[in-house]
Amino acid sequence: MSDFAIAVAAIDATALRQRLEDAGAGAVVTFEGTVRNHSAGRPVLRLAYEAFSPLAVKEGERILAEARERFAIARLACTHRTGALAIGEVAVWVGVAAAHRGAAFDACRYVIDELKRRVPIWKKEFYADGESGWIEHP
Amino acid sequence: MIRVLYFAALRDAAGCAEESVAADGGNLGELWSLLSGRHGFPLARERVRVARNGEFAAWGDAVHAGDEVAFLPPVSGG
Repeated sequence: MSDFAIAVAAIDATALRQRLEDAGAGAVVTFEGTVRNHSAGRPVLRLAYEAFSPLAVKEGERILAEARERFAIARLACTHRTGALAIGEVAVWVGVAAAHRGAAFDACRYVIDELKRRVPIWKKEFYADGESGWIEHP
Repeated sequence: MIRVLYFAALRDAAGCAEESVAADGGNLGELWSLLSGRHGFPLARERVRVARNGEFAAWGDAVHAGDEVAFLPPVSGG
């Protein structure tokens, strides 16, 4: 299994966390992006994500490789959900293990920021008033 | 034939996730113009990225029969 994955079923954060185990790591940072019940002031009922999976995995792997070059980290993994998601579900998970906390925090932040900017994944929000719309990151 | 993939708002506009398009040569920008005219895409080309055969490409790149082309709206993962 590659370190960047697109998941069609619920993300198992406990299982993913086990991939970060490293005897040389003194820090583990994980980030979970979860589905919230509001967006730009509108009540949100649920989300749907879709991905161009082959290119999403390629671009995701490139981001992880960049993070390994930039930061002194031991383990790194990232998974993004697709399909229909309910409020509170995990949409994206990033985990980093490193000898020291600074690199772990920095690498985690780098991966989620670049993912949001570059990876071909799209989010649709379904609102309480019955409308829905595709979201574009600024 | 060229296999064209649509995502998100472009899929909604096209009414399908993919279609086969009869196109003879040309570049990706010309293919976009042809299909945008047909489907009325809600996005300007400047806001869209294009991929050919599973890798990011440029609008000036040539497209050939048998290629898979994907039009990628502004992303919103995470």
